[in-house]
Amino acid sequence: MSEISIINISIIILLLPLVSFVLLIFFGKKFPKLYLAGTGIVFVALVLSIAVTFGMLTSYSGETLSFSFTWIDFGNVPSIGPLSIELGFEINNVTALMLFVVNLISALVHLYSIEYMRGDIRYTRYFAYLGIFTFSMLGIVITNNLLMMYIFWELVGLSSYLLIGFWFEKDSASDAGKKAFLVNRVGDIGMWIGILILFTHYKTFTFSTIFEQISLGNLPFDSAAALTTAGILIFLGAVGKSAQFPLHVWLPDAMEGPTPVSALIHAATMVAAGVYLLVKIFVILTADAMLVIAVVGGVTAFVAATIALTQNDIKKVLAYSTVSQLGYMVLAVGVGAYAFAFFHLVTHAFFKACLFLGSGSVIHAMHHEQDIRYMGGLRKKMPITYYTFLISTLAISGVPLFSGFLSKDGILAGTLAFGNLTGHWLLPIIGFTVAAMTAFYMFRLVIKTFHGEPRDKEKFAHAHESKWVMTAPLAVLSLLSIFIFYTPNPLSADAGWFLDKWISTPQTVVPSEASFDFMQSGMNKHETGLAQESGIVHSVQYTEAMHHAHYPAMFLSLILAGLGILIAFIFYQWKKVDLEKLTEKLNSLYKFSLNKWYIDEFYHATFISGTLKGAGALSWFDYYIIDGIVNASASVTRFVSRLSGWFDTFVVDGLVNFSALFSGFIGLSFRRLQTGKVQTYIVFVVFAVLVLLLFFRPF
Amino acid sequence: MSIYDVIFYLFAILTIGSGYLVVTSKNIVHAAFYLLFTLFGVAGLYVLLAADFIAIVQLMVYVGGILILLLFGVMLTNKVTDVKIRTGTIHIIPAVIGTGLLMGVIVSMMLRTNWKSESGEIPFTTMYGLGRILLTDYVLVFELLAMLLLIALIGAASIARRDDE
Amino acid sequence: MLEVGLNHFLVVSSILFSLGVYGVVTRKNAVMVLMGLELILNAANINFIAFAKYGNFGLGGQAMALFVIILAAAEAAIALAIVLNLYKTFSNVNVDEIDKLKE
Repeated sequence: MSEISIINISIIILLLPLVSFVLLIFFGKKFPKLYLAGTGIVFVALVLSIAVTFGMLTSYSGETLSFSFTWIDFGNVPSIGPLSIELGFEINNVTALMLFVVNLISALVHLYSIEYMRGDIRYTRYFAYLGIFTFSMLGIVITNNLLMMYIFWELVGLSSYLLIGFWFEKDSASDAGKKAFLVNRVGDIGMWIGILILFTHYKTFTFSTIFEQISLGNLPFDSAAALTTAGILIFLGAVGKSAQFPLHVWLPDAMEGPTPVSALIHAATMVAAGVYLLVKIFVILTADAMLVIAVVGGVTAFVAATIALTQNDIKKVLAYSTVSQLGYMVLAVGVGAYAFAFFHLVTHAFFKACLFLGSGSVIHAMHHEQDIRYMGGLRKKMPITYYTFLISTLAISGVPLFSGFLSKDGILAGTLAFGNLTGHWLLPIIGFTVAAMTAFYMFRLVIKTFHGEPRDKEKFAHAHESKWVMTAPLAVLSLLSIFIFYTPNPLSADAGWFLDKWISTPQTVVPSEASFDFMQSGMNKHETGLAQESGIVHSVQYTEAMHHAHYPAMFLSLILAGLGILIAFIFYQWKKVDLEKLTEKLNSLYKFSLNKWYIDEFYHATFISGTLKGAGALSWFDYYIIDGIVNASASVTRFVSRLSGWFDTFVVDGLVNFSALFSGFIGLSFRRLQTGKVQTYIVFVVFAVLVLLLFFRPF
Repeated sequence: MSIYDVIFYLFAILTIGSGYLVVTSKNIVHAAFYLLFTLFGVAGLYVLLAADFIAIVQLMVYVGGILILLLFGVMLTNKVTDVKIRTGTIHIIPAVIGTGLLMGVIVSMMLRTNWKSESGEIPFTTMYGLGRILLTDYVLVFELLAMLLLIALIGAASIARRDDE
Repeated sequence: MLEVGLNHFLVVSSILFSLGVYGVVTRKNAVMVLMGLELILNAANINFIAFAKYGNFGLGGQAMALFVIILAAAEAAIALAIVLNLYKTFSNVNVDEIDKLKE
């Protein structure tokens, strides 16, 4: 495949879901079966993306193919100089793999939804929304500049809003949609400011140009602090989109949407967009920025895991698990384990999607019951669902022979290395603790749902395995959670093609004073720019540290995972511990965890109430003062008009009436002269003659 | 004080007195008769002014014609069963004032003006002179008057005609 | 007493004239009005004839008086015809009751 054709096919892949969206929106009502066309289109996109990925990884591995065009050319802007905005696409290994992941999961979710959403009143529109979402996500993946990324970023947010609030007749669903959009917005503001900082200085949005400029020593506003600020601000966008603390509050609420939506958006793709963004701008992150990112990721992972311990809704457990795993990915980026962060993104996409779709299968079978306290014993009734769910759980818990073990292990090793190199030891401690908690709560979920005796006999009686359209995606995804696709060695990822050949950490371009020592290679920065050859692994220091940390991390993680699973079995399967008593003893902790650390309540009391009160004050001002002024002026006008009306009625009309009366009076008076009698007239004549004679005095 | 003056004053008093009685008498028939005396007085004045023909014509036409006509009018337009034919007056006050003033003004006017008075030639009898100038100097007027009389005759006859004929 | 001259005649005619006007204006009966009218005419005639004598007009004044008399006759005839008509219409000849033309 040639360079051009790869780019062209990628653009076609981008536009295909958009076509599906347009078709379904405009013709969906007329042709109810059109959803099949939508699904078919996405499968075609999947096939094309497989071709692209294959072509990229075989022929152009390590290179970046790009295509750009000038969108607006402002010419010579006074006091700025020549300014033009270029947009375009770029494909590299990371992009190609991401294309594959997004398309695969989108296609599987389309298939799954055919059965899951059957009978819904807005059936066709659902598939249209899936189409627009896929389009937006692909846009984020293959863009080569910050502006387009931001545009598609927002589009993804919009699609998420539409899909979360799909059952908008329920207040909770429409509220959740709004919450997602608004919380995302907070992050997006930071992202946009960061983008603008970069644009103002470099006058371009394109990644490669910015990276090149920084590598040449051209820092934004000539300060590393500005670069850190830009990095952290763009990271804010990731905080919002990938549900990091403190903007994680929207993700659990987003479970109000249909389960396939949760699988697609809130497990595998959209939330991964934040991590993907970080991966893309990794090279400009300074040491301070990376530390901030790592801390945020660590805190997120910890907080979410503690909440997941006590949740009783299947989807909520999985949601908090997602937040926690995203924390892991962000943490990995922060500590410099670039490749493992992306690796975990891919593996997490597959097993989390499988977990969500599996839970959807359970919910569907139990007639929309989501509380695990009413489930149990489904292993016998839904074997395929059970086994796929189990495989994914083993993956997420970090059990060897599964993909999750490889990626998580790498991250933990990275944190250990980071701790070694920089002395920040809290991060690895958090990392390992979360690993233990993850194993525990995931197995708690499995045991309560599938093992033991059914707690709700009636629903259990009706439960049955789902149709093939729902179980086939489960099978595919669980298959991809097994180690064999990523490396031949089940215990080590380094030897595998994923890490060795496909993904390698790019050289950072941040000047040495602002980045961690281990981030730089010995090569001269000026000679190794970026763009075309990113085959350089980062410095020898880091590689060594990673190596040292690898085995300790592996052992430690195995022990902790085992411990977590054991405790889960003790609590729930063998019931050796009295949970009621334990809950009572740890009541405050339990409540704290169950109520999500009261974060939502805190936000409500501070930001939301504050905003509402501020709005109330402003509206009071508007109503009484501004409207008061308007009303007062209206009253004044009315009063003045009344005055002039009085004046008009009495004075002006009075004059007119008076003159009319006067004329009438005179007329009436003179009327008496017309007596009709000749003699009267003669008398008048006589008098007239007299007057004449006396006046003129002719004598 | 010649006889001329005395006769003048006599006739003047007759005329004016009768005139006054004409306009203030309540009885129509009395008024008509006072008018007769007035006309006589006027005729006398004419004689004093050496207009003998006119005086005779006055007597003939006025007294003999017009006065009789007026009497006819009186008789025909009043209910004769009523012996005392009363008639009222209107507008006394303004009329008195007005005519009083009028009289005063005109009299004073007459007295004050300097008339060019010179006695012209008056022939012994004016009849011939009148006859001649009627047919020479004033022939047009004469003819017109003739036509007028004709018209008046016809007109009066047609106006006063009874309609049920 | 002055010698009788033009002025005396003029005064007489003036008085007669005024009396005639008084009669016309004051009287209710139409025929009485006509009598007043005759007085006026006669007064004018006296004037004419006086000036004919005392002026320098020759007999023109007298001819004028003649014409006046003739006209008076014609006019009296017509007037009485009208009065008769009035009498037929209104059953009386009080001029102050004949005011159909008033506003």
